[in-house]
Amino acid sequence: MGKMNNDLVQIKDGIKYIPGASAIVGPLNKIINWGRAGSIWPATFGLACCAIEMMVAGAATNDLDRFGIIFRASPRQADCLILAGTITKKMAPVVRRVYDQMPEPRYVLAMGSCACSGGVFDTYSVVQGGDEFLPVDVYIPGCPPRPEALLEGLMKLQEKIMQEQGRWSQFA
Amino acid sequence: MGLKLNRGQILMTETTTLDVPVSQGDEDKYLLKLGPQHPATHGVLRVDIELDGETIIDCDPQVGYLHRGFEKLAEHRTYAQNIVLTDRLDYIAAMANNVGYCEAVEKLLAIDVPDRAKYLRVMVCEMSRLTGHLLWLATHALDIGAMTVFLYAFRERETLLELFAELCGSRLTTTYTRLGGVRQDVTHELMRKLEKFVDEFPACIEEYETLIDTNRIWLKRTIGVGTISGEKAVDLCLTGASLRGSGVDYDVRKHMPYAAYDKLDFEIPLGETGDTYARYRCRMEEMRQSNFILRQCIEQLPPGPIVGDDAPDLVMPAKPGRKVEVDTPARKALIKLIDDRDVYMEGDVYVATEVPKGELGFYFISDGMGRPYRMHIRSPSFIHIGALATMGKGVMVADLIAIIGTLDVVLGECDR
Repeated sequence: MGKMNNDLVQIKDGIKYIPGASAIVGPLNKIINWGRAGSIWPATFGLACCAIEMMVAGAATNDLDRFGIIFRASPRQADCLILAGTITKKMAPVVRRVYDQMPEPRYVLAMGSCACSGGVFDTYSVVQGGDEFLPVDVYIPGCPPRPEALLEGLMKLQEKIMQEQGRWSQFA
Repeated sequence: MGLKLNRGQILMTETTTLDVPVSQGDEDKYLLKLGPQHPATHGVLRVDIELDGETIIDCDPQVGYLHRGFEKLAEHRTYAQNIVLTDRLDYIAAMANNVGYCEAVEKLLAIDVPDRAKYLRVMVCEMSRLTGHLLWLATHALDIGAMTVFLYAFRERETLLELFAELCGSRLTTTYTRLGGVRQDVTHELMRKLEKFVDEFPACIEEYETLIDTNRIWLKRTIGVGTISGEKAVDLCLTGASLRGSGVDYDVRKHMPYAAYDKLDFEIPLGETGDTYARYRCRMEEMRQSNFILRQCIEQLPPGPIVGDDAPDLVMPAKPGRKVEVDTPARKALIKLIDDRDVYMEGDVYVATEVPKGELGFYFISDGMGRPYRMHIRSPSFIHIGALATMGKGVMVADLIAIIGTLDVVLGECDR
């Protein structure tokens, strides 16, 4: 048994893999977080300019798939909402509805200065930032941010998910 | 300003209409709201469609989900500051918008652009036409079900965007043009990279065509879908490849040349049948022509200044007590601070340019101040979405997706 412990392969902080036994050991919290962080599925939901850079991030050059990030067309199958672009007052209820349709746990990324703070559009029709009506987890600045910045933002979200405590059970 | 259709002729005269079998009673009709969160609506477009089975009886596009108040915002900023806003209009081809805006303001100001800047403008315009058409091809094919084209088209698009980043520091929102010229000169390194791209790109177009042109699904989804006659297309004010696919020869670059287009040799590809496939062919040929124009720009790029000497408030007002070296024409223009008044002429001006989507027009009413009294944008996407109501009637739901794709709309420009 002691010999076996030496053979454990560390895959993430606190999570170990037993070679040959197809099993992982570690605290349940961490294992669940690890699984969640490795399979962020954002909703295919572009709002404006940033959506184009989001598409670039999903295309061959940057390839979000290698992080386990796969765009889902339905919010029911998604657990991350990337606010990619300007949110207008007409669009805000729709965004909110998409967010409400997503199952827990769900995360929100504000991509670009419009989704962070309204950006250059300080006008009568623009919501000054997605955090006015949604709990934003990660802010990505830029107008628009490069695809690498979106990758960085998603990795920050992964870090945030890894630090979560007891979001997997109502009793914890 | 009337449409001149002298170079070509309207090839199609009949409109093909489907006889829609409308059932008796309302119980079979079904109202479906497609969007604004829908992967195939190219942004935040909502289309209210009334269905009988899977046939669309009535189609009513709803816009305004991305209304950001461009035109109002422009009234509070100076002409030079507004260049930044034009990036966010058609964010797929920002360079073309920059050029269109500056051409209009320069006409209002009556200032000349140096030859080198004109060629550079044509160069970036054609590069952005390629990025626009590549994105159109990628998303259009993705909507119809061809995923691979998306990955291939974005590969070349990425090369172009990196060239933009090298030229002006940003990939999408470029703000490259200035009133009276362009912001930065090209480097030898950049030209070498562009030349390499121009050499390689025709083979890439062939690659895309190999992927989808012999694909039976692609052909069935595009041939005979969204057919529109030349007359009808003119009636609906379609411009760009959406109009030329119906055989109407109208291109602002040829008929009202701006920048250096009158010195360059290129052809306007025309379709015959006016269906989705004809428009697809048109745009593919346009990409070849753009590549040809780019090659000419590289060969003919004249030396000289990139900003005209009489260009006013080029970047920002010179700060008092700040030393500015008067070396280059751009520097001279920078410090040549002129009061807002007496510079801009009173009156109105309309200038149209050909962007990837069609004819983009800027209309200004000026009262002589440094800010536009009123700025109106004639955006092709808005007019194309208007045409969707007519084109979407009597087709199947799946074909509506193809029609939205083929009209090549971008909502940032449509809703403004």
